[in-house]
Amino acid sequence: MRHDVFIAGYGGQGVLLAGNLLSYAAIYEGNNVSFFPAYGVEKRGGAAMCTIVFADGDTGSPVVGSPTVSLLLNPLSFEKYAAKVKRGGVCIVNSSLVDITGVELPGIEIIPIPMNQLALEIGDVRMVNMVACGAYSEMSGALAISSLEAALKKALPERNHRLIPANITAIEAGARAARAKKA
Amino acid sequence: MNSPVTEKIFVKGNEAVAMAALEAGCRCYFGYPITPQSDIPEYLSRELPKTGGEFLQAESEIGAINMLLGASAAGVRAMTSSSGPGISLKQEGISYMAGSELPGVIVDIMRQGPGLGGIDASQADYFQATRGGGHGGYRIIVLAPNSVQEMYDLTMLAFDLSDLYRIPAMVLADSVIGQMKESIVANARPEVVLPEKGWAVRGRGEGTEQNVVKSLKLGDGEMEKFHWMMHDRYQLLADKENRWEEYQTDDAELIVTAFGSTSRISKTAVTMAREAGMKVGLMRPVTLFPFPKPAYAALSERCKLFLTIELSTGQMVDDVRLSVARDAEVAFYGRPPGAGSLPTPEELFEQIAHRYRARPAVAEVTL
Repeated sequence: MRHDVFIAGYGGQGVLLAGNLLSYAAIYEGNNVSFFPAYGVEKRGGAAMCTIVFADGDTGSPVVGSPTVSLLLNPLSFEKYAAKVKRGGVCIVNSSLVDITGVELPGIEIIPIPMNQLALEIGDVRMVNMVACGAYSEMSGALAISSLEAALKKALPERNHRLIPANITAIEAGARAARAKKA
Repeated sequence: MNSPVTEKIFVKGNEAVAMAALEAGCRCYFGYPITPQSDIPEYLSRELPKTGGEFLQAESEIGAINMLLGASAAGVRAMTSSSGPGISLKQEGISYMAGSELPGVIVDIMRQGPGLGGIDASQADYFQATRGGGHGGYRIIVLAPNSVQEMYDLTMLAFDLSDLYRIPAMVLADSVIGQMKESIVANARPEVVLPEKGWAVRGRGEGTEQNVVKSLKLGDGEMEKFHWMMHDRYQLLADKENRWEEYQTDDAELIVTAFGSTSRISKTAVTMAREAGMKVGLMRPVTLFPFPKPAYAALSERCKLFLTIELSTGQMVDDVRLSVARDAEVAFYGRPPGAGSLPTPEELFEQIAHRYRARPAVAEVTL
Protein backbone atom coordinates (compact mmCIF):
# COMPACT_ATOMS: atom_id res chain seq x y z
CA MET A 1 0.00 0.00 0.00
CA ARG A 2 1.30 3.46 -0.96
CA HIS A 3 0.17 6.66 0.77
CA ASP A 4 0.99 10.26 0.00
CA VAL A 5 0.29 13.49 1.84
CA PHE A 6 1.09 17.08 0.97
CA ILE A 7 1.51 19.76 3.65
CA ALA A 8 1.76 23.49 2.96
CA GLY A 9 1.64 26.71 4.94
CA TYR A 10 3.87 29.65 5.67
CA GLY A 11 7.31 29.44 7.22
CA GLY A 12 6.97 29.29 11.00
CA GLN A 13 3.88 27.08 11.06
CA GLY A 14 6.01 23.98 11.43
CA VAL A 15 5.16 22.45 8.06
CA LEU A 16 8.51 20.67 7.76
CA LEU A 17 8.37 19.40 11.35
CA ALA A 18 4.90 18.03 10.64
CA GLY A 19 6.31 16.25 7.60
CA ASN A 20 9.16 14.84 9.64
CA LEU A 21 6.77 13.64 12.33
CA LEU A 22 4.55 11.80 9.83
CA SER A 23 7.68 10.33 8.23
CA TYR A 24 9.02 8.98 11.52
CA ALA A 25 5.58 7.59 12.36
CA ALA A 26 5.47 5.84 8.98
CA ILE A 27 8.94 4.35 9.58
CA TYR A 28 7.78 3.29 13.05
CA GLU A 29 5.01 1.31 11.34
CA GLY A 30 7.56 -0.42 9.12
CA ASN A 31 7.19 1.63 5.93
CA ASN A 32 9.71 3.02 3.48
CA VAL A 33 9.46 6.81 3.42
CA SER A 34 10.32 9.64 1.02
CA PHE A 35 10.08 13.15 2.43
CA PHE A 36 10.55 15.90 -0.13
CA PRO A 37 10.73 19.45 1.25
CA ALA A 38 10.56 22.71 -0.64
CA TYR A 39 10.87 26.12 0.89
CA GLY A 40 11.60 29.65 -0.25
CA VAL A 41 14.82 31.50 0.50
CA GLU A 42 12.95 33.31 3.28
CA LYS A 43 12.36 31.45 6.54
CA ARG A 44 9.51 32.84 8.65
CA GLY A 45 6.63 34.11 6.54
CA GLY A 46 7.68 32.55 3.23
CA ALA A 47 5.99 29.56 1.67
CA ALA A 48 6.84 26.16 3.09
CA MET A 49 5.68 22.82 1.77
CA CYS A 50 6.58 19.18 1.75
CA THR A 51 5.42 15.90 0.33
CA ILE A 52 5.58 12.60 2.19
CA VAL A 53 5.20 9.28 0.43
CA PHE A 54 5.21 6.05 2.42
CA ALA A 55 4.73 2.49 1.36
CA ASP A 56 5.44 -1.03 2.50
CA GLY A 57 7.23 -1.45 -0.85
CA ASP A 58 8.74 1.04 -3.30
CA THR A 59 7.88 4.70 -2.55
CA GLY A 60 8.26 5.63 -6.24
CA SER A 61 8.17 9.29 -7.21
CA PRO A 62 8.97 11.76 -4.42
CA VAL A 63 7.16 14.34 -6.56
CA VAL A 64 3.38 14.02 -6.34
CA GLY A 65 1.14 15.95 -8.74
CA SER A 66 -2.25 15.14 -7.18
CA PRO A 67 -1.97 14.24 -3.51
CA THR A 68 -4.48 11.89 -1.89
CA VAL A 69 -4.54 14.07 1.22
CA SER A 70 -3.45 17.70 1.57
CA LEU A 71 -3.01 19.62 4.82
CA LEU A 72 -3.30 23.30 3.96
CA LEU A 73 -2.48 25.62 6.82
CA ASN A 74 -2.88 29.12 5.37
CA PRO A 75 -4.97 30.97 2.75
CA LEU A 76 -2.23 31.14 0.10
CA SER A 77 -1.60 27.39 0.13
CA PHE A 78 -5.36 26.73 0.00
CA GLU A 79 -5.71 28.96 -3.07
CA LYS A 80 -2.73 27.37 -4.77
CA TYR A 81 -3.03 23.70 -3.89
CA ALA A 82 -6.57 22.75 -2.86
CA ALA A 83 -7.72 22.02 -6.40
CA LYS A 84 -4.69 19.76 -7.00
CA VAL A 85 -5.98 17.12 -4.58
CA LYS A 86 -6.80 13.85 -6.32
CA ARG A 87 -10.49 13.24 -7.11
CA GLY A 88 -11.85 11.26 -4.20
CA GLY A 89 -9.16 12.72 -1.96
CA VAL A 90 -9.31 14.83 1.17
CA CYS A 91 -8.29 18.43 1.77
CA ILE A 92 -7.83 19.23 5.46
CA VAL A 93 -7.90 22.98 5.91
CA ASN A 94 -6.92 25.26 8.77
CA SER A 95 -10.27 27.02 9.04
CA SER A 96 -8.92 29.44 11.66
CA LEU A 97 -7.10 31.23 8.83
CA VAL A 98 -8.82 30.02 5.66
CA ASP A 99 -12.39 31.05 4.90
CA ILE A 100 -13.94 28.17 2.98
CA THR A 101 -17.50 29.53 2.99
CA GLY A 102 -19.13 28.62 -0.30
CA VAL A 103 -15.99 26.90 -1.67
CA GLU A 104 -16.71 23.65 -3.47
CA LEU A 105 -14.18 21.44 -5.17
CA PRO A 106 -15.72 18.70 -7.29
CA GLY A 107 -14.75 15.25 -6.06
CA ILE A 108 -12.67 16.58 -3.16
CA GLU A 109 -13.81 16.39 0.43
CA ILE A 110 -12.95 19.56 2.35
CA ILE A 111 -12.50 19.08 6.09
CA PRO A 112 -12.27 22.37 7.99
CA ILE A 113 -10.40 22.14 11.29
CA PRO A 114 -9.87 25.32 13.35
CA MET A 115 -6.22 24.45 13.91
CA ASN A 116 -5.01 27.77 15.32
CA GLN A 117 -7.92 27.90 17.71
CA LEU A 118 -7.35 24.35 18.95
CA ALA A 119 -3.63 25.01 19.37
CA LEU A 120 -4.35 28.22 21.31
CA GLU A 121 -6.73 26.35 23.61
CA ILE A 122 -3.87 23.98 24.46
CA GLY A 123 -1.71 26.98 25.15
CA ASP A 124 0.50 27.65 22.14
CA VAL A 125 -0.43 28.55 18.57
CA ARG A 126 2.84 26.95 17.43
CA MET A 127 1.18 23.59 18.08
CA VAL A 128 -0.88 24.14 14.89
CA ASN A 129 1.25 21.59 13.02
CA MET A 130 0.57 18.91 15.65
CA VAL A 131 -3.17 19.54 15.43
CA ALA A 132 -2.88 19.09 11.65
CA CYS A 133 -0.99 15.79 12.06
CA GLY A 134 -3.64 14.46 14.45
CA ALA A 135 -6.39 15.39 11.99
CA TYR A 136 -4.47 13.63 9.20
CA SER A 137 -4.10 10.46 11.22
CA GLU A 138 -7.82 10.35 11.97
CA MET A 139 -9.03 11.24 8.46
CA SER A 140 -6.68 9.01 6.49
CA GLY A 141 -6.43 6.07 8.86
CA ALA A 142 -2.99 5.58 7.31
CA LEU A 143 -1.01 6.12 10.53
CA ALA A 144 -2.04 5.39 14.12
CA ILE A 145 -2.14 8.21 16.67
CA SER A 146 0.06 6.06 18.92
CA SER A 147 2.72 5.94 16.15
CA LEU A 148 2.68 9.74 15.88
CA GLU A 149 3.13 9.98 19.62
CA ALA A 150 5.99 7.48 19.57
CA ALA A 151 7.60 9.36 16.68
CA LEU A 152 7.77 12.65 18.61
CA LYS A 153 10.96 11.51 20.33
CA LYS A 154 12.65 11.13 16.96
CA ALA A 155 11.18 14.19 15.26
CA LEU A 156 11.91 16.64 18.09
CA PRO A 157 15.42 17.55 19.19
CA GLU A 158 16.23 16.32 22.68
CA ARG A 159 16.08 19.80 24.19
CA ASN A 160 12.39 19.94 23.24
CA HIS A 161 11.43 16.53 24.62
CA ARG A 162 9.91 18.26 27.65
CA LEU A 163 7.22 19.55 25.25
CA ILE A 164 6.19 16.05 24.15
CA PRO A 165 3.13 15.84 26.49
CA ALA A 166 1.77 19.16 25.15
CA ASN A 167 2.35 17.96 21.59
CA ILE A 168 0.48 14.75 22.32
CA THR A 169 -2.43 16.80 23.65
CA ALA A 170 -2.42 18.81 20.39
CA ILE A 171 -2.29 15.69 18.19
CA GLU A 172 -5.23 14.23 20.09
CA ALA A 173 -7.19 17.49 19.81
CA GLY A 174 -6.69 17.44 16.03
CA ALA A 175 -7.80 13.82 15.85
CA ARG A 176 -10.88 14.53 17.96
CA ALA A 177 -11.90 17.47 15.77
CA ALA A 178 -11.53 15.33 12.65
CA ARG A 179 -13.54 12.50 14.21
CA ALA A 180 -16.40 14.95 14.89
CA LYS A 181 -16.37 15.98 11.20
CA LYS A 182 -16.50 12.37 10.05
CA ALA A 183 -19.51 11.55 12.22
CA MET B 1 10.67 4.05 22.41
CA ASN B 2 11.33 0.58 21.08
CA SER B 3 10.84 0.96 17.37
CA PRO B 4 9.84 -2.28 15.65
CA VAL B 5 12.20 -1.47 12.76
CA THR B 6 15.46 -0.53 14.37
CA GLU B 7 17.87 -0.73 11.45
CA LYS B 8 16.29 2.03 9.38
CA ILE B 9 17.48 5.60 9.75
CA PHE B 10 15.83 8.71 8.28
CA VAL B 11 18.35 11.07 6.68
CA LYS B 12 18.81 13.60 3.89
CA GLY B 13 20.52 12.52 0.69
CA ASN B 14 23.41 14.86 1.41
CA GLU B 15 23.82 13.43 4.90
CA ALA B 16 23.85 9.91 3.47
CA VAL B 17 26.78 10.90 1.25
CA ALA B 18 28.69 12.19 4.28
CA MET B 19 27.86 9.10 6.37
CA ALA B 20 28.96 6.79 3.56
CA ALA B 21 32.23 8.67 3.19
CA LEU B 22 32.98 8.05 6.87
CA GLU B 23 32.05 4.37 6.55
CA ALA B 24 34.23 4.09 3.44
CA GLY B 25 37.24 5.29 5.42
CA CYS B 26 37.48 8.80 4.00
CA ARG B 27 40.17 10.53 6.04
CA CYS B 28 40.10 14.03 4.57
CA TYR B 29 37.35 16.32 3.32
CA PHE B 30 38.03 19.67 1.65
CA GLY B 31 35.20 21.91 0.56
CA TYR B 32 33.58 25.28 0.28
CA PRO B 33 29.89 25.93 1.03
CA ILE B 34 27.30 26.19 -1.73
CA THR B 35 23.57 25.40 -1.88
CA PRO B 36 22.21 22.71 -2.29
CA GLN B 37 25.06 20.55 -0.92
CA SER B 38 26.14 22.35 2.26
CA ASP B 39 24.73 19.56 4.46
CA ILE B 40 27.72 17.45 3.36
CA PRO B 41 30.44 19.75 4.78
CA GLU B 42 28.18 20.56 7.75
CA TYR B 43 27.90 16.89 8.68
CA LEU B 44 31.57 16.15 8.08
CA SER B 45 32.77 19.22 9.98
CA ARG B 46 31.04 17.71 12.99
CA GLU B 47 31.74 14.01 12.51
CA LEU B 48 35.01 13.62 10.56
CA PRO B 49 37.30 15.05 13.28
CA LYS B 50 35.80 12.53 15.77
CA THR B 51 37.26 9.70 13.68
CA GLY B 52 40.70 11.34 13.64
CA GLY B 53 40.14 12.61 10.09
CA GLU B 54 40.69 16.10 8.77
CA PHE B 55 37.86 18.49 7.81
CA LEU B 56 39.02 21.64 6.12
CA GLN B 57 36.95 24.48 4.73
CA ALA B 58 39.19 25.74 1.96
CA GLU B 59 39.59 29.33 0.82
CA SER B 60 37.85 28.44 -2.44
CA GLU B 61 36.70 25.50 -4.55
CA ILE B 62 40.00 25.65 -6.44
CA GLY B 63 41.85 25.36 -3.15
CA ALA B 64 39.67 22.42 -2.10
CA ILE B 65 40.21 20.34 -5.25
CA ASN B 66 43.97 20.87 -5.10
CA MET B 67 43.98 19.77 -1.46
CA LEU B 68 42.11 16.66 -2.63
CA LEU B 69 44.82 16.11 -5.23
CA GLY B 70 47.49 16.42 -2.54
CA ALA B 71 45.79 14.09 -0.06
CA SER B 72 45.18 11.54 -2.79
CA ALA B 73 48.81 11.72 -3.95
CA ALA B 74 49.77 10.85 -0.38
CA GLY B 75 47.58 7.73 -0.63
CA VAL B 76 44.76 9.01 1.58
CA ARG B 77 41.06 8.42 0.89
CA ALA B 78 39.63 11.92 0.42
CA MET B 79 36.59 13.74 -0.92
CA THR B 80 35.29 17.13 -1.97
CA SER B 81 31.77 18.25 -2.85
CA SER B 82 30.11 21.22 -4.49
CA SER B 83 27.42 22.27 -6.94
CA GLY B 84 27.56 23.62 -10.52
CA PRO B 85 29.47 26.91 -10.08
CA GLY B 86 31.95 25.29 -7.69
CA ILE B 87 32.33 22.15 -9.81
CA SER B 88 33.28 24.37 -12.77
CA LEU B 89 36.02 25.94 -10.65
CA LYS B 90 37.29 22.48 -9.72
CA GLN B 91 37.75 21.33 -13.33
CA GLU B 92 41.41 22.35 -13.51
CA GLY B 93 42.21 20.22 -10.49
CA ILE B 94 40.14 17.28 -11.76
CA SER B 95 42.09 17.39 -15.03
CA TYR B 96 45.39 17.38 -13.09
CA MET B 97 44.15 14.43 -11.00
CA ALA B 98 43.19 12.53 -14.16
CA GLY B 99 46.58 13.31 -15.68
CA SER B 100 48.28 12.09 -12.50
CA GLU B 101 46.15 8.90 -12.30
CA LEU B 102 44.90 9.93 -8.88
CA PRO B 103 41.75 8.57 -7.28
CA GLY B 104 39.43 10.83 -5.28
CA VAL B 105 35.71 11.37 -4.87
CA ILE B 106 33.95 14.51 -6.10
CA VAL B 107 30.27 15.00 -5.29
CA ASP B 108 28.18 17.28 -7.53
CA ILE B 109 24.70 18.10 -6.23
CA MET B 110 23.49 19.80 -9.39
CA ARG B 111 21.66 23.11 -9.36
CA GLN B 112 20.51 25.31 -12.20
CA GLY B 113 22.95 27.04 -14.50
CA PRO B 114 24.70 28.31 -16.48
CA GLY B 115 26.50 30.84 -14.36
CA LEU B 116 25.13 31.32 -10.88
CA GLY B 117 21.75 29.99 -12.08
CA GLY B 118 19.54 29.09 -9.16
CA ILE B 119 19.17 26.53 -6.43
CA ASP B 120 16.44 24.28 -7.86
CA ALA B 121 16.99 20.85 -9.39
CA SER B 122 18.71 20.41 -12.74
CA GLN B 123 20.44 17.64 -14.67
CA ALA B 124 22.29 19.97 -17.01
CA ASP B 125 25.78 19.06 -15.72
CA TYR B 126 25.53 15.67 -17.49
CA PHE B 127 27.85 16.66 -20.33
CA GLN B 128 30.37 18.32 -18.00
CA ALA B 129 30.49 15.21 -15.80
CA THR B 130 30.53 12.47 -18.42
CA ARG B 131 32.97 14.12 -20.84
CA GLY B 132 35.64 14.70 -18.21
CA GLY B 133 34.88 18.37 -17.63
CA GLY B 134 38.36 19.81 -17.90
CA HIS B 135 40.99 19.98 -20.62
CA GLY B 136 43.18 17.33 -22.19
CA GLY B 137 40.91 14.41 -23.04
CA TYR B 138 40.05 12.20 -20.09
CA ARG B 139 37.04 10.64 -18.44
CA ILE B 140 36.00 10.24 -14.83
CA ILE B 141 33.75 7.60 -13.28
CA VAL B 142 30.23 9.05 -12.89
CA LEU B 143 27.61 7.44 -10.63
CA ALA B 144 24.00 8.69 -10.58
CA PRO B 145 22.02 7.79 -7.43
CA ASN B 146 18.22 8.10 -7.53
CA SER B 147 17.46 7.56 -3.83
CA VAL B 148 18.93 8.39 -0.45
CA GLN B 149 19.88 4.72 -0.09
CA GLU B 150 21.88 4.95 -3.31
CA MET B 151 23.47 8.22 -2.18
CA TYR B 152 24.88 6.09 0.61
CA ASP B 153 25.74 2.95 -1.36
CA LEU B 154 27.13 4.65 -4.47
CA THR B 155 29.32 7.04 -2.48
CA MET B 156 31.03 4.00 -0.97
CA LEU B 157 31.29 2.42 -4.40
CA ALA B 158 32.79 5.64 -5.78
CA PHE B 159 35.69 5.37 -3.33
CA ASP B 160 36.34 1.74 -4.25
CA LEU B 161 36.09 2.16 -8.04
CA SER B 162 38.23 5.27 -7.89
CA ASP B 163 40.97 3.46 -5.97
CA LEU B 164 40.71 0.34 -8.13
CA TYR B 165 41.05 2.15 -11.47
CA ARG B 166 43.02 5.22 -10.30
CA ILE B 167 40.44 7.48 -11.95
CA PRO B 168 38.60 10.30 -10.10
CA ALA B 169 34.98 9.34 -9.38
CA MET B 170 32.00 11.66 -9.27
CA VAL B 171 28.69 11.16 -7.51
CA LEU B 172 26.25 13.14 -9.67
CA ALA B 173 22.90 13.94 -8.03
CA ASP B 174 20.61 16.95 -7.92
CA SER B 175 18.91 19.05 -5.27
CA VAL B 176 15.90 16.70 -5.16
CA ILE B 177 18.02 13.71 -4.16
CA GLY B 178 20.35 15.83 -2.00
CA GLN B 179 17.62 17.57 -0.02
CA MET B 180 15.05 14.83 0.33
CA LYS B 181 14.94 12.53 3.35
CA GLU B 182 14.33 8.82 3.10
CA SER B 183 14.46 5.81 5.34
CA ILE B 184 17.66 3.90 4.61
CA VAL B 185 19.80 1.12 5.98
CA ALA B 186 23.32 2.36 6.67
CA ASN B 187 25.08 -0.75 5.43
CA ALA B 188 28.57 -1.59 6.61
CA ARG B 189 31.30 -1.12 4.04
CA PRO B 190 31.46 -4.18 1.81
CA GLU B 191 34.73 -6.07 1.84
CA VAL B 192 36.65 -5.17 -1.28
CA VAL B 193 40.19 -6.21 -2.07
CA LEU B 194 42.03 -3.22 -3.45
CA PRO B 195 45.60 -2.97 -4.68
CA GLU B 196 48.21 -1.36 -2.41
CA LYS B 197 48.88 2.27 -3.27
CA GLY B 198 52.53 1.65 -4.03
CA TRP B 199 52.59 4.78 -6.17
CA ALA B 200 51.70 7.13 -3.31
CA VAL B 201 54.20 9.75 -2.17
CA ARG B 202 54.43 8.80 1.48
CA GLY B 203 58.14 9.24 2.15
CA ARG B 204 59.45 5.67 2.17
CA GLY B 205 62.91 6.46 3.46
CA GLU B 206 66.30 6.11 1.83
CA GLY B 207 67.32 3.40 -0.54
CA THR B 208 63.96 2.92 -2.16
CA GLU B 209 62.87 4.10 -5.55
CA GLN B 210 61.42 7.60 -5.67
CA ASN B 211 57.69 7.95 -6.31
CA VAL B 212 56.64 10.86 -8.48
CA VAL B 213 53.02 11.93 -8.99
CA LYS B 214 52.61 14.45 -11.79
CA SER B 215 50.66 15.19 -14.94
CA LEU B 216 53.49 16.87 -16.87
CA LYS B 217 54.75 14.30 -19.38
CA LEU B 218 57.47 15.68 -21.63
CA GLY B 219 59.35 12.44 -22.38
CA ASP B 220 59.54 11.18 -25.95
CA GLY B 221 56.25 9.36 -26.65
CA GLU B 222 55.33 9.49 -22.96
CA MET B 223 52.06 11.35 -23.41
CA GLU B 224 50.87 9.25 -26.33
CA LYS B 225 51.57 6.10 -24.35
CA PHE B 226 49.63 7.54 -21.38
CA HIS B 227 46.59 8.29 -23.52
CA TRP B 228 46.44 4.80 -25.03
CA MET B 229 46.91 3.26 -21.59
CA MET B 230 44.02 5.33 -20.22
CA HIS B 231 41.95 4.52 -23.29
CA ASP B 232 42.36 0.82 -22.46
CA ARG B 233 41.52 1.48 -18.83
CA TYR B 234 38.29 3.28 -19.76
CA GLN B 235 37.44 0.29 -21.94
CA LEU B 236 38.10 -2.08 -19.03
CA LEU B 237 35.84 0.10 -16.90
CA ALA B 238 33.13 -0.12 -19.57
CA ASP B 239 33.52 -3.92 -19.77
CA LYS B 240 33.35 -4.52 -16.04
CA GLU B 241 31.55 -1.72 -14.24
CA ASN B 242 28.39 -0.88 -16.19
CA ARG B 243 25.45 -0.66 -13.82
CA TRP B 244 21.80 -0.05 -14.64
CA GLU B 245 18.26 -0.85 -13.55
CA GLU B 246 15.50 -2.18 -15.79
CA TYR B 247 11.82 -2.12 -14.86
CA GLN B 248 9.10 -3.86 -16.87
CA THR B 249 11.23 -3.93 -20.02
CA ASP B 250 10.63 -7.57 -21.02
CA ASP B 251 7.61 -7.01 -23.26
CA ALA B 252 7.88 -3.21 -23.52
CA GLU B 253 7.00 -1.50 -26.78
CA LEU B 254 8.20 1.83 -25.40
CA ILE B 255 11.10 2.19 -22.99
CA VAL B 256 11.41 5.36 -20.94
CA THR B 257 14.96 6.19 -19.97
CA ALA B 258 16.08 8.67 -17.33
CA PHE B 259 18.67 8.99 -14.57
CA GLY B 260 18.65 10.32 -11.01
CA SER B 261 15.59 12.16 -9.69
CA THR B 262 13.85 12.03 -13.08
CA SER B 263 14.02 8.23 -13.09
CA ARG B 264 12.05 8.13 -9.83
CA ILE B 265 9.25 10.27 -11.27
CA SER B 266 9.42 8.27 -14.52
CA LYS B 267 9.09 4.94 -12.73
CA THR B 268 5.79 5.99 -11.17
CA ALA B 269 4.63 7.26 -14.59
CA VAL B 270 5.59 3.90 -16.12
CA THR B 271 3.55 2.11 -13.45
CA MET B 272 0.58 4.37 -14.33
CA ALA B 273 1.04 3.46 -18.00
CA ARG B 274 1.08 -0.25 -17.15
CA GLU B 275 -2.11 0.18 -15.15
CA ALA B 276 -3.62 1.80 -18.26
CA GLY B 277 -2.69 -1.31 -20.26
CA MET B 278 0.33 0.11 -22.10
CA LYS B 279 3.44 -2.01 -22.55
CA VAL B 280 5.94 0.49 -21.21
CA GLY B 281 9.22 -0.10 -19.33
CA LEU B 282 12.02 1.89 -17.74
CA MET B 283 15.78 1.78 -18.31
CA ARG B 284 17.83 3.71 -15.76
CA PRO B 285 21.59 4.04 -16.10
CA VAL B 286 23.29 3.99 -12.69
CA THR B 287 26.74 4.53 -14.15
CA LEU B 288 26.75 7.49 -16.54
CA PHE B 289 30.41 6.89 -17.31
CA PRO B 290 30.81 4.16 -18.28
CA PHE B 291 27.43 4.49 -20.01
CA PRO B 292 25.74 1.06 -20.18
CA LYS B 293 25.74 0.96 -23.98
CA PRO B 294 25.52 -2.84 -24.37
CA ALA B 295 22.38 -2.92 -22.21
CA TYR B 296 20.73 -0.27 -24.39
CA ALA B 297 21.83 -2.12 -27.52
CA ALA B 298 20.29 -5.36 -26.22
CA LEU B 299 17.01 -3.63 -25.31
CA SER B 300 16.80 -1.98 -28.73
CA GLU B 301 16.91 -5.39 -30.40
CA ARG B 302 13.39 -6.04 -29.11
CA CYS B 303 12.02 -2.54 -28.42
CA LYS B 304 12.24 0.10 -31.13
CA LEU B 305 10.93 3.15 -29.33
CA PHE B 306 12.70 4.99 -26.50
CA LEU B 307 11.74 8.16 -24.67
CA THR B 308 14.53 9.98 -22.85
CA ILE B 309 13.45 12.32 -20.06
CA GLU B 310 15.85 14.85 -18.52
CA LEU B 311 15.82 18.09 -16.52
CA SER B 312 17.60 19.86 -19.39
CA THR B 313 17.06 20.46 -23.09
CA GLY B 314 18.76 17.15 -23.85
CA GLN B 315 22.17 15.74 -23.00
CA MET B 316 21.97 12.05 -22.03
CA VAL B 317 19.70 11.58 -25.03
CA ASP B 318 22.84 11.79 -27.20
CA ASP B 319 24.35 8.78 -25.43
CA VAL B 320 21.09 6.87 -25.75
CA ARG B 321 21.05 7.54 -29.50
CA LEU B 322 24.68 6.38 -29.78
CA SER B 323 23.86 3.17 -27.90
CA VAL B 324 20.66 1.82 -29.48
CA ALA B 325 20.28 -0.09 -32.74
CA ARG B 326 20.06 2.05 -35.86
CA ASP B 327 16.44 1.27 -36.50
CA ALA B 328 15.33 2.32 -33.00
CA GLU B 329 13.72 5.72 -32.54
CA VAL B 330 14.76 7.86 -29.58
CA ALA B 331 12.29 10.59 -28.61
CA PHE B 332 13.02 13.24 -26.01
CA TYR B 333 11.09 15.15 -23.36
CA GLY B 334 13.00 17.83 -21.47
CA ARG B 335 12.24 20.10 -18.58
CA PRO B 336 15.00 22.70 -18.41
CA PRO B 337 15.61 23.83 -14.84
CA GLY B 338 13.51 26.54 -13.23
CA ALA B 339 11.56 27.05 -10.03
CA GLY B 340 8.58 24.70 -10.12
CA SER B 341 9.82 22.99 -13.26
CA LEU B 342 9.92 19.47 -11.82
CA PRO B 343 7.57 17.26 -13.81
CA THR B 344 4.88 15.33 -11.96
CA PRO B 345 4.24 11.63 -12.66
CA GLU B 346 0.93 12.66 -14.23
CA GLU B 347 2.69 14.96 -16.70
CA LEU B 348 5.21 12.27 -17.64
CA PHE B 349 2.38 9.78 -18.04
CA GLU B 350 0.81 12.13 -20.62
CA GLN B 351 4.11 12.28 -22.52
CA ILE B 352 4.42 8.51 -22.44
CA ALA B 353 0.79 7.90 -23.48
CA HIS B 354 1.04 10.38 -26.35
CA ARG B 355 4.11 8.68 -27.81
CA TYR B 356 2.91 5.18 -27.09
CA ARG B 357 -0.31 5.72 -29.03
CA ALA B 358 1.56 7.26 -31.97
CA ARG B 359 4.11 4.42 -32.16
CA PRO B 360 4.42 2.64 -35.47
CA ALA B 361 2.86 -0.80 -35.63
CA VAL B 362 5.33 -3.55 -34.81
CA ALA B 363 6.37 -5.19 -38.08
CA GLU B 364 5.76 -8.90 -38.49
CA VAL B 365 8.98 -10.82 -38.13
CA THR B 366 9.76 -12.67 -41.36
CA LEU B 367 12.64 -15.04 -41.85
